Amino acid sequence: MLKINNLYKTFERGTVNEKAALKGLSLELRPDDFATIIGSNGAGKTTLFNAIAGVFISDEGEIYIDGEDMTFKPETYRARVVGRIFQNPLMGTAPSLTIEQNLAIAYSSSKKGFLRPAISKKDRELFRETLSRLNMGLEDRMKTSMGLLSGGQRQAVTLMMAVIVTPKILLLDEHTAALDPLTAEKVLEITKEVVKEKHITTLMITHNIASALHLGNRTLMMDDGNIVLDLSGPERDNLTVEGLLDKYRQVKGHILDNDRILLSQE
Amino acid sequence: MINQLLGAIELGLVYGLMVLGVYITFRILKIPDLTVDGSITLGMAVCAMITNAGHPFLAMVVALLAGAAAGSVTAFFQTKCKIAPILAGIMTMSGLYSINLLIMNNGSPNISILGSDTLFSMFQTATMLTKHTSIITVAVVICAIVVMLVEFFFSTPTGLSICATGDNEDMVRATSISTDKMKWIALAIANACVSLSGAMYTQYMGYADVTAGSGTIVVGFASVIIGETICVRKNIRIGFVSAIVGSVVYRIIIAVAIKTNLFPTYFLKLISVIIIVIALSIKPIRDSIAASNSKARRVKKSVKNQ
Repeated sequence: MLKINNLYKTFERGTVNEKAALKGLSLELRPDDFATIIGSNGAGKTTLFNAIAGVFISDEGEIYIDGEDMTFKPETYRARVVGRIFQNPLMGTAPSLTIEQNLAIAYSSSKKGFLRPAISKKDRELFRETLSRLNMGLEDRMKTSMGLLSGGQRQAVTLMMAVIVTPKILLLDEHTAALDPLTAEKVLEITKEVVKEKHITTLMITHNIASALHLGNRTLMMDDGNIVLDLSGPERDNLTVEGLLDKYRQVKGHILDNDRILLSQE
Repeated sequence: MINQLLGAIELGLVYGLMVLGVYITFRILKIPDLTVDGSITLGMAVCAMITNAGHPFLAMVVALLAGAAAGSVTAFFQTKCKIAPILAGIMTMSGLYSINLLIMNNGSPNISILGSDTLFSMFQTATMLTKHTSIITVAVVICAIVVMLVEFFFSTPTGLSICATGDNEDMVRATSISTDKMKWIALAIANACVSLSGAMYTQYMGYADVTAGSGTIVVGFASVIIGETICVRKNIRIGFVSAIVGSVVYRIIIAVAIKTNLFPTYFLKLISVIIIVIALSIKPIRDSIAASNSKARRVKKSVKNQ
């Protein structure tokens, strides 16, 4: 479903701030794969997501989504097949539009025609049905401004917007990190359900080692612009949180075998 | 006084579409677009030339298209050349000054269209109404048609996407809609409205002047703010009407102030600026008053407790 070959990206090339964010990263996701990604800050997780979503064009390497070469395609083109949710609940929705208008914008990419009402009766039915899945009572508040909702509610609606036209790839960038634990759990629960039901290939960045192991069917660990660990199957099933943390330390110790890592291990 | 009042209403309606254009960029796209000063004069210049050639209706249409072109240029500067929105508007505005002079008979700073047929004069001859009535009727009809068209447009998916672009660009891009295209459409429509307003002004006043547009944006902002205060912006549909209402009320305020010798005519722009600054700073002023009240209350309480 997603195939990345030898991807490189360097920011600020040729300046003192030069930073190689992706160093020959390769990754292949099968249809229905739900992979979690862990890794320390600066490992290149978000850069990888930006590369897949087309925020920038990579320096080297190729990206294929469902067999289509996306390497040089612009962000707006890829958005048809790539859904993305950010950590910040404010980023996924337009606050001064209503809930149904927000959904309509997400939904309109699937429809043709310019000079028609943005929301038809049939659309409204669909939106109502979609929102009722969240169990947040939002289906009765469809004409409420998005800006009046709480962060958790907004993130839940963002999730529904991302999947209302089923994407081929769903990128979740710590999308529950800014929510309180209960809401986070609920949003995660809905995520799991929707991904499973619609068979969406999903990549999720998380800093929660437990959910990295329990969610989905694969766990990837990133470090220094590359994937250093790819766990799946029985090996992953038998791994405990402690075991994964050990592997994490091993990788960090091995790769960054210098005094910086010694200092930070105090 | 009644004549001044009627005059103010007429001028308000004539400028109404300019305010509508400012509303679209300033309130919906949330980009202050300074192209307005240039595109309103562009409308005047184009209209004067074509009206003098004997096509008052065509003049309106061409002015509209010219405005859309001016807006497109600003959009090009903003989205493709990545020039900051305010600067992009200033570039187009300054550039248009030369273009406008070029259009107006190769460099004459003003053109009279007295003696040529205008929409207003044609309507008056056809219906035998009084001058004021016919001017107001024509202006209201044009404003109503444009407002209805704009309202319809903003109820379509494209219109909704433009609203969202002003709200949250990331979100719009994430739904495979090009924000560049949305900005382009919005700026083109806005400046088309502004230019049409300029064309109406020329047919109403009977002349086009290359300097007549300077400071228009300030009047536009002031009118938008007055309109919102009066109409209480509930939704976008009311917002469009409030732009026209704001324009008329602004002119009435100015007419009354001048009539009662509150200030001389040349103070107009200063007064507009003061209105805008006060309106825009109401929230911070209110916040700081609330903060100092809260502090005073708590200091008092702690003194009492000691």
